[in-house]
Amino acid sequence: MSPQMEIQIIAVIVAVACSLPGVFLVLRKMSMMSDAITHTILLGIVIGFFMVNSLTSPFLIVGAALMGVITVFLTEMLNNTKLVSEDSAIGIVFPLLFSIAIVIISKYASSVHLDTDSVLLGELAFAPFNRMKVFGIDIGAKAIYSMGGILIINLLFVIIFFKELKIATFDPALATVLGFSPALIHYSLMTIVSITAVGAFESVGSILVIAFMIGSPVTAYLITDNLKSMIILSGLIGGLNGILGYQLASFLDVSIAGSMAVMTGVVFLLVFIFSPSRGLLTIVSRRKRQKIEFAGKSLMFHIYNHEGKEEEALESGIYTIKEHLQWNEKFLKLIIKELKDKEKIYIKDDIIKLTESGREYAIKSYEEIVSGF
Amino acid sequence: MNLDYIIEVEDMTVAYEAKPVLWDVDLNIPKSILMAVVGPNGAGKSTLIKAMLDLIKPVSGNVLFNGASYKSQRKHIGYVPQSESVDWDFPTNVLDVVLMGRYGEIGWIKRPKEEDKKKAREALEKVNMIEFADRQISQLSGGQQQRVFLARALVQDADIYFMDEPFKGVDAKTEKAIISILKELKERGKTIIVVHHDLQTVEEYFDWVVLLNTQIIASGPVSEVFTDENLRKTYRSTGQILKR
Repeated sequence: MSPQMEIQIIAVIVAVACSLPGVFLVLRKMSMMSDAITHTILLGIVIGFFMVNSLTSPFLIVGAALMGVITVFLTEMLNNTKLVSEDSAIGIVFPLLFSIAIVIISKYASSVHLDTDSVLLGELAFAPFNRMKVFGIDIGAKAIYSMGGILIINLLFVIIFFKELKIATFDPALATVLGFSPALIHYSLMTIVSITAVGAFESVGSILVIAFMIGSPVTAYLITDNLKSMIILSGLIGGLNGILGYQLASFLDVSIAGSMAVMTGVVFLLVFIFSPSRGLLTIVSRRKRQKIEFAGKSLMFHIYNHEGKEEEALESGIYTIKEHLQWNEKFLKLIIKELKDKEKIYIKDDIIKLTESGREYAIKSYEEIVSGF
Repeated sequence: MNLDYIIEVEDMTVAYEAKPVLWDVDLNIPKSILMAVVGPNGAGKSTLIKAMLDLIKPVSGNVLFNGASYKSQRKHIGYVPQSESVDWDFPTNVLDVVLMGRYGEIGWIKRPKEEDKKKAREALEKVNMIEFADRQISQLSGGQQQRVFLARALVQDADIYFMDEPFKGVDAKTEKAIISILKELKERGKTIIVVHHDLQTVEEYFDWVVLLNTQIIASGPVSEVFTDENLRKTYRSTGQILKR
């Protein structure tokens, strides 16, 4: 397999593995926690390294995952004192733990082969150099296997505990009453986030881990209203961002991880603008539509109120009505044209009159507003 | 232990920091009543039911359901939180939210079965929301949200229901629909405890009432304890105007 192919496979695996717990981080409004965890795990790795003196020991992953959970715990503890808000608590805990790691690394730089730059940005281009060998036979890049394993863990976690994750995220109080401990589910999810971050940051760096964990789910959230589709779409979008990002990087000959993170932002922006259900364009045109429809209702109701009364000629006169409604001429013409096209009104002797269906519609709209539900 | 009471609260004190919200509350609730918990803002109404449900840890005190601990009786207890306590933008539909009420019965890991879905649909029919089953929950009005929550409580098939302000933000039609369902539940022997705000409807809706202001001012049948004097005591310190 070519290294180019391997890099893209790694990127897709990492993207999907990150998006699975990422969906629940986004729905729990804990996006920034991924930022903290992807950095503070470095301290876990450094401490683990000093305990076992090896950079390849699985003990490092345990230490890092533990540090991720400690990060969440410390943040919540600070937040629970009510003296510090949750975002501020993250702002305290994350730089503190991360910089302790940096200080240790810089002090013992000669003995720790950890490069702080690659922690942030990763070096996907080097990932294929690190081979997985079984009985001396090269079976592909190591990252494919390590991240593949994490992907399987995450998939199993989300599939097996789908119902529990859903209820603990949507309604923690009900989850508690029904006997599903939201705290247990919460910390399990945070452990999964930490393990994923440890596995992924070595190859892709923490910035890309955040982009994959948060960027793809948020993008999917703009497209779908269904939790299962949101999970599947997040994986697809993440994978797509990885491949597009790689193509962009080789085309421009720039950082691979950087390009993938940029693609995540670009794809989000495109969906944000053009999404058919929740996109900016849809929302703007829907608002405009609502404004016109409401103005139509108001106009019909106004005519209905003055129908057959002596002031009708003034109140509903085609030349005088704009003084009464305080609308500008252009807007009034637009509304009148709309209603005439729908045969809700007609004009007779320069007075706007309701048609039979227009009158019914005005009465019905009024009743709807009054009765609620 | 007294078997005449389905719920017994003993010496319950709940405090936030050093400020007591509930102070030495003793409360006995008989079976098959529709009970309002009434009191001024900050009187501890929601806190009382949350502490009874083990959602808040009390400083002291104990609650018995059928003479046993909450944990052993969990399956018999239904809960309807305040509707604003959840995120209505959550990506799911009405039927799915109602199905959540079955999760306790289903247990860990297992999936809802056709039987559970049938129960959820029946509950939606009951609250007149069946045509909204596939509707996105973000598209519901306040009244519809509350009906969905009621349906979710109904599928729990509990003996005791706790409801936190089910009439908040709902239209008159929904309020009437909810109360008629609650009255029907009571007729079937269920016990329903409702945090309630509107003093004017207490006599019409409920047969039992607890007047609460940090302590229990009075509790008993509405006809006996819902008196002007007790109300004055309950709302005395707050300056909130009484309108009956």
